[in-house]
Amino acid sequence: MSSRLQALAENLRAHFGERMRVLPLAAGELTVEVAKAELVAVAMSLRDEPPFRFETLIDLCGVDYLTYGRSEWETSEATSEGFSRAANQPGAATPAMPAADPRRFAVVCHLLSVTNNQRLRLRCHAGDSLILPSLMPVWPAADWYEREAFDLFGLLFEGHPDLRRLLTDYGFIGHPFRKDFPVSGNVEVRYDAESGRVIYQPVSIEPRVLVPKIIRDDNRYDTRLKDRPDRG
Amino acid sequence: MAEFQQFTVNFGPQHPAAHGVLRLVLEMDGEVIQKADPHIGLLHRATEKLAETKPYNQSIGYMDRLDYVSMMCNEHGYVLAIEKLLGVKPPLRAQYIRVMFDEMTRMLNHLLWLGCHALDIGAMTVFLYCFREREDLMDCYEAVSGTRLHATYYRPGGVYRDLPDSMPRYAESKHRSAAEVRRLNEDREGSMLDFIEAFTARFPARVDEYETLLTDNRIWKQRTVNIGVVTPERAMALGFTGPMLRGSGIAWDLRKKQPYEVYPDLDFDIPVGVNGDCYDRYLVRMEELRQSNRIVQQCVEWLRKNPGPVMIDDHKLVPPTREQMKGDMESLIHHFKLFTEGYTVPAGEAYAAVEHPKGEFGVYIVADGANKPYRVKVRAPGFPHLAALDEMVRGHMLADVVAVIGTQDIVFGEIDR
Repeated sequence: MSSRLQALAENLRAHFGERMRVLPLAAGELTVEVAKAELVAVAMSLRDEPPFRFETLIDLCGVDYLTYGRSEWETSEATSEGFSRAANQPGAATPAMPAADPRRFAVVCHLLSVTNNQRLRLRCHAGDSLILPSLMPVWPAADWYEREAFDLFGLLFEGHPDLRRLLTDYGFIGHPFRKDFPVSGNVEVRYDAESGRVIYQPVSIEPRVLVPKIIRDDNRYDTRLKDRPDRG
Repeated sequence: MAEFQQFTVNFGPQHPAAHGVLRLVLEMDGEVIQKADPHIGLLHRATEKLAETKPYNQSIGYMDRLDYVSMMCNEHGYVLAIEKLLGVKPPLRAQYIRVMFDEMTRMLNHLLWLGCHALDIGAMTVFLYCFREREDLMDCYEAVSGTRLHATYYRPGGVYRDLPDSMPRYAESKHRSAAEVRRLNEDREGSMLDFIEAFTARFPARVDEYETLLTDNRIWKQRTVNIGVVTPERAMALGFTGPMLRGSGIAWDLRKKQPYEVYPDLDFDIPVGVNGDCYDRYLVRMEELRQSNRIVQQCVEWLRKNPGPVMIDDHKLVPPTREQMKGDMESLIHHFKLFTEGYTVPAGEAYAAVEHPKGEFGVYIVADGANKPYRVKVRAPGFPHLAALDEMVRGHMLADVVAVIGTQDIVFGEIDR
């Protein structure tokens, strides 16, 4: 499988050159990154050119990289920093990303070629404007996936004919899957006996953390330790 | 009446044929559909966001609740994605158990689909028959995991425990006579594998029974033949997978094309349709019931002959046994660490897909090296199917909407997530 993926990676490099960044194989999967100006053109060739033929868009989703590598449990009472482990912490914590960073949001597409039996992951960063070209002309399946990414992350897809919210409530405010949106949300609904209807009110759930500890930098995965000659 | 030709109909969200909480806004011209606009999200629980706030293993239970009629297949996708990131492979016996339960889950799902689909378009009897067989399969769920529906049975590195040596039995009560209890417990005297074997022996005849009720039934054919036709090219462009794609004539099945676990060692066939209409998809799913039965039979045979571990032996990922934990300091530490903070997963991203009864169920995990996922995205098979509902029902009659919803095998747990 991996030799076929290597061949696909070579093919992609040869075909697209500068227009596409082919990332090294990881976990048996191939990921490529494309600038949003090139997205639709590249997607078209990925769909139509014989060596690729990715005729199915399996999935399209937004990703918010705001707290990548440094998110801690949200907590008000227990320590939110995590416990220092007795072992040394390899690598300083990833520096905080400003909320307006152009690399904060990305759209990740998973493509499948039924003809050639291969998969590809396509990532495109949304930049400052959060406006991406819609992939609907390439794959009609993108319709609802783009509506979902708009709903949950606030990404905008230029050229989408009907960019409405999909999963959240009618009249919902905010984009709930962004990392700075609280898990418990901002409003809750209840039936109000006095006014005789369902009303919205600020959320009354106390933030609660069941496992107030986040660990990372597991020494088992530390390459510097792994390659040490004295380690069996 | 002629001046009221154009109007809008609100269908659902509390309609028995809407399979849960689907709200459809239908623009009609007389009784012909001009446009269908599904409003979804009434069951949205933000499963993916919740998974981002918990250690990896604590989200396995959420996966059951996505597509709540094919529970273990959902777990399988999630567990495979974690295993891909960790680079571990479960023992062979665990792989066989997973495959066996995946196929039993496929039967569970298809039986519910068949019963509800038939009920929706006017055949009551099949529904009751299907639930008779579902009961036996859910007893297997109960025997192996303790719950009939939300099993949380698969774990990264294997399955939670080995198959039990006994099946739960019915007890005599004022509602059940001794003779009835004896009949019900007939197959339950031996181990779970005996029970499953007895089930697989009688199941093909049961499928024949459903087929006598439907396959040549004139009303059934009138309601399904040439309804909701999708061409193969269009099915691929719309992101169809599973029986929806195979019904259109494309022989695409992840169990054959991108095999996982022990599927390459098993003998089974992939049925495909010809016309891409509701009737062909019905035939495809009926044949899948029989093929799943074959796979389960092969798994039972293998599992009988090959005892062994069902979990990897790495206590950084898998808790030690209770006995070990009570007697050994290191095991106690492992146990404590696993249940308080879980395990970390190396940074990276992985997408793992399984052939779920409804299509391709995929889980995309972005890990940043912590003991909780950074981002989880569930690729639900029903989502692109429902997105194509508008295209499938345009030009059909109002009553055909129900047939198309039925053929898509819609379950809102997975679509709304």
